[in-house]
Amino acid sequence: MKSSRIRQLASVSAAALVLGLMTAPAAFAASTAAPPTQGIKPLQSVGKGEGHLSLIAWEGYAQPQWVKPFTAATGCKVSVKYAGSSSEMVSLMANGGGQYDLVSASGDADLRLIYGGDVKPINIKLIPSWSEFHPFLQSPPFNTINGVHYGISYEFGPNVLLYSTKTFPKAPTSWSVLYNPKYKGKITVPDNPIQIADAALYLSKIEPSLHITNPYELTQHQFSDAVALLKVEHPFIKKYWDLASQEISLFQNGEAVVGAAWPYQTNTLIAAGAKVADTIPKQGATGWADTWLLAKDAPDPNCAYKWMAYVSTPKIQAEEAVYFGETPANTLACSIMNTLQKGACADYHANAPEAYFSTIKFWQTPLAACGNGKNDCVDFTQWQQAWTQIIG
Amino acid sequence: MPVKEGIRQRTGAALWRRPWLRGALTLSPPLLWFLVIYLSSLVVMLITAFFSVDSLTGNVIYQWTWSNFSQIFTQSVYGSIILRTVLMAVLVTITDALIALPFAFYLAKVAGRRWRHLLLSLLLMPLWASYLAKVYAWINILSNKGVLPDLESHLHLPITHIAFTNIAMWIVFSYLWLPFMIVPIYGAFERVPNSLLEASSDLGAGSWQTFRWVILPMVLPGIVAGSIFTFSLTLGDFITPLLIGGSSSTFIGNAIYDSAINGGNLPFAAALAFVSIAIMAIYLLLAKLAGAFEAL
Repeated sequence: MKSSRIRQLASVSAAALVLGLMTAPAAFAASTAAPPTQGIKPLQSVGKGEGHLSLIAWEGYAQPQWVKPFTAATGCKVSVKYAGSSSEMVSLMANGGGQYDLVSASGDADLRLIYGGDVKPINIKLIPSWSEFHPFLQSPPFNTINGVHYGISYEFGPNVLLYSTKTFPKAPTSWSVLYNPKYKGKITVPDNPIQIADAALYLSKIEPSLHITNPYELTQHQFSDAVALLKVEHPFIKKYWDLASQEISLFQNGEAVVGAAWPYQTNTLIAAGAKVADTIPKQGATGWADTWLLAKDAPDPNCAYKWMAYVSTPKIQAEEAVYFGETPANTLACSIMNTLQKGACADYHANAPEAYFSTIKFWQTPLAACGNGKNDCVDFTQWQQAWTQIIG
Repeated sequence: MPVKEGIRQRTGAALWRRPWLRGALTLSPPLLWFLVIYLSSLVVMLITAFFSVDSLTGNVIYQWTWSNFSQIFTQSVYGSIILRTVLMAVLVTITDALIALPFAFYLAKVAGRRWRHLLLSLLLMPLWASYLAKVYAWINILSNKGVLPDLESHLHLPITHIAFTNIAMWIVFSYLWLPFMIVPIYGAFERVPNSLLEASSDLGAGSWQTFRWVILPMVLPGIVAGSIFTFSLTLGDFITPLLIGGSSSTFIGNAIYDSAINGGNLPFAAALAFVSIAIMAIYLLLAKLAGAFEAL
């Protein structure tokens, strides 16, 4: 089996060489046993900076107000490639190897990067602020495997239910409004396969007989029910939004009155005078938690560690949280948030008890190997294909 | 005393004596570019369409498989995506042809010189503006608080909700690609001698008969040439569906984008890309049969 595979690979590589266009990457067999880079020894001490640093980041994560002081203090000039989705980050990292140092991926991409061998272990001791983090973000399962850290948590937030206060004088208490024909043509949700998890989370509460415990670990049966629910929802959708700005203008124009959103949209809309509010319904919410992951062939490791240490400090964490509308991982950021914007710490739940955070089901990559030790869960490729089925 | 030949003269003479060498040297750089950069990348894409990806890591698995193509042809969703895309391309092409015919006729046969130049530059002006700006302008026209519903409420007409529907896509596509249809038809009309039109009417043909039997056969290659632009541009687009489409506006281009960028599944995206290439090949074949390339 293995030798025939290698032979096939060899013949294909030969064809590619003839064409002179393709380099032949090593065939990599999926194995959930151990990430391929786990044996790489992390840096033991941070040395002199290399003079530059190359990031892949979410828009808003490398604003000049943080980059300029960083460059002044460390001499590392920062270049940033913005990515629009987690999957774009995965393909940038997979295809741009050796070019980038760090990526600010969300939990739905982390395991793909770790098991894909695109990122490598880090030495957590070189990031002093790590000990000030919320305990659940110090070694979360989406960036720490078998005790090995592949990155450092950054900011997080819930996916909220955004609604027009004209249509809903009282906040809706259930995600059921998104599946309600009453709001036909007035609903908007993200154009993202991970949306299936939102449906699964809702089902886990209203259909206990399905026994959904983790909305990202779904058996074929549970998965089909979640997809069926989204197909029911399809005719009610005005638009599946791809950019936050699309959802903002849908609400501004009254084209949508209820939808799934990030707190960022709520903040922007309220600042623009729109009559909207958001809520976390009683079924709980999915959420994202971002991690700065270190590229396997990072050309500037010292600058990368300096950046990870810098963005973990309470000040930067607080500024980023207020700027983007999310929650910092560093618990000491709370009081600084309040000096930046009155009540911001409580608004973004930065001081909430650990119990609150357990109501948020953070994005993680759906894998075939789910927590129960069996291999019967639906994996990410099928999520992606099912999503095309739903919206196509 | 004979003049000693320099290397330049000798090469020149050698090339002059061998025309085939001259031809080969002139043609080989563009030919090489065409073969290496253009054709072989298409071949690589075709080969990729027969691979698959590891669902966890997104790495390509180099094992021959038909699974991508069988998925496209067995799952009904791809059938409806392809059908939707082709129908829209046909609809946009017909719409643009119907608008372009009288416009191009006026431009070529009726309008005076000054007026013609003004109209032509007005026609081509939108091509200088960014595609995105034009689509966003249409969102501002069609959306609930846009110009159109505003106008309708002033005129006490029923308010339309066109934004984020397939009708909006049809309008925007027809607007975007109209110049690409008018210009070739205008060129075709210019080649119709006025004397033919006069002869036709002298011989007692009505205006419809003149149009049907004299003008149309002569401008048909122009229409087909324009339709190649409108059809292929609509077929390959994914930004307009993304921005102004509704909840059921997925095009082949969007499906490719989703599998390549969001799904990280390049082999499947390559297979989908070949569907549009095949559709376009069929279309070009039909256009060739209609004689569109004889006028080029």
